[in-house]
Amino acid sequence: MPTATGETIISFREAAKVFDGRKGAEVRAVDGVTLDVRAGEIFGVIGYSGAGKSTLVRLVNALERTTSGAVVVDGTDLTGLSEARLRPVRAGIGMIFQQFNLLSSRTVAGNVAYPLEVAGWSAARRRERVRELLDFVGIADKADVYPAKLSGGQKQRVGIARALATNPKILLADEATSALDPETTHDVLALLQRVNRELGITVVVITHEMDVVRSICHRVAVMEHGKVVELGDAYQVFSAPTQEVTRRFVSTALKDRPSVAVIERLRTRHAGRIVTVGVDDVTGSSAHVTHVLREHGVDGTIVYGGITEVAERPYGSLTVELVGPDDAVRAALAGLRSVTDVVDHGTARDPLGAPDEGNDR
Amino acid sequence: MTADQLLPLLWQAFLETAWMVMVALAVGGVCGLAIGMGLYLTRPGNLLANRPVFAVLNLAVNIVRPIPFIIFLVALGPVTRAVVGKTIGIEAFAFAMCVMSSFVFARLVEQNLVSIDPGVVEAARAMGASPLRIVRTVLIPEALSPLILGTTFLFVGVLDMSAIGGYLGAGGLGDFAIQYGYRQFDWGVTAVVVAIIIVIVQLVQWLGNTLARRALRR
Repeated sequence: MPTATGETIISFREAAKVFDGRKGAEVRAVDGVTLDVRAGEIFGVIGYSGAGKSTLVRLVNALERTTSGAVVVDGTDLTGLSEARLRPVRAGIGMIFQQFNLLSSRTVAGNVAYPLEVAGWSAARRRERVRELLDFVGIADKADVYPAKLSGGQKQRVGIARALATNPKILLADEATSALDPETTHDVLALLQRVNRELGITVVVITHEMDVVRSICHRVAVMEHGKVVELGDAYQVFSAPTQEVTRRFVSTALKDRPSVAVIERLRTRHAGRIVTVGVDDVTGSSAHVTHVLREHGVDGTIVYGGITEVAERPYGSLTVELVGPDDAVRAALAGLRSVTDVVDHGTARDPLGAPDEGNDR
Repeated sequence: MTADQLLPLLWQAFLETAWMVMVALAVGGVCGLAIGMGLYLTRPGNLLANRPVFAVLNLAVNIVRPIPFIIFLVALGPVTRAVVGKTIGIEAFAFAMCVMSSFVFARLVEQNLVSIDPGVVEAARAMGASPLRIVRTVLIPEALSPLILGTTFLFVGVLDMSAIGGYLGAGGLGDFAIQYGYRQFDWGVTAVVVAIIIVIVQLVQWLGNTLARRALRR
């Protein structure tokens, strides 16, 4: 469950980053972004590569400086701070990377100790803290191993331990799972969730994978061409996307809705009426669907679909073949519409729906 | 000349070469590391990006490096006189070696640093490390293995430079081989000197490879 307290910890105010491109052309990597990240939440920023999300996250620890607008982190306006003044700000923000970026010349323990050395901790305290962190991320046995000997998942655990070393309030994750296989991705996401819940750290996740947003983010911003085009509760954005780019991302994570071709095949394979009913905890649960069908004496056979979790709430759809007397089916359809979203695909003899309906959600 | 007469002279020549090479390697190593680091850091897009400084360093390296050492030796004459106080002798010769080896090593250092993953530097910055700390704890340790190999390469280069020490009366093994071998038509003496140089290079290369492998951490 969200641990967000609602207080703002990172605030972008019309923040923009313009790079001088070749031949004098400007590249507006981040173009006037205004948004607040709340303390204690896992905030996702999703977009295709080149959308500006990596630059956006680098504005938070000032690895990139805004060219206009402001970024306020935990009460400190980073605009115009000198490099020397920014160093302590950066030390209070952890960051993990797609390629892990571990020092190959240091052991696992040496890597985790690095930020502690920067922060001036004594050798004894460093040792203590490193042990604690390696325990937390579950690789205590690898302390004296060099990164070259680790798997991708282990490297990212080291990256996370290193990012958490100085007890930051914020953890930035830049495509942290994009170089990992699905199973390892799951483990690392679970670890990030623990970081958020057990340590109360605000996590900002940059990703191009909707699955990452689906499984751990409380809120999400969708970026395109340097701008935030959609922003809100992860569940809301999933269930009611308003932008084309968002719809495309949602369809990559949820494959529950049949495409036009699939509907075509379903209608030829099944004689009854094919309908798709939404299943979520805003409009209707599958129990409602069962109940309505039983009430009208209509058989509902599930022929396609899936239900998954978005932000830990059920979400998906079921495509059902309705079989029964015409009147009963019509009545059942009306009944379903009163409890959930329904898309009626009709029958083989009497097909319904626009040609592109299957992709339109 | 007999072996009894030649051996002390050979030993003397060996010591001269050893001294010249060590001085040039040490000074060239330190100055080259500094210039090479400067080139890397001031390169556009890097930690201390500074186009004018980069351009000046880059031009200096490009001008000095391709000049044949024997010509450089003469061209540097006025500078040598200003610094060492004379233009002949082993000190003057070693000074020229130091300058040349600094520029040669600078390029080697820069090339080795460029191969470091910029992500690692970014990670260090994200942890609040200052540029000086990044040089000390990230750039040098991460590039240590190729830097050791670069130093080995520099050693051979410096040994090669020392061979013409005779031109400035600096002596050394090269001078010995020319005086007592080549000019006396004593191929045996030349062969002995060449053999000594080959053995030295082999030993140093082996040492360099071993240390570099150990520094690689793989």
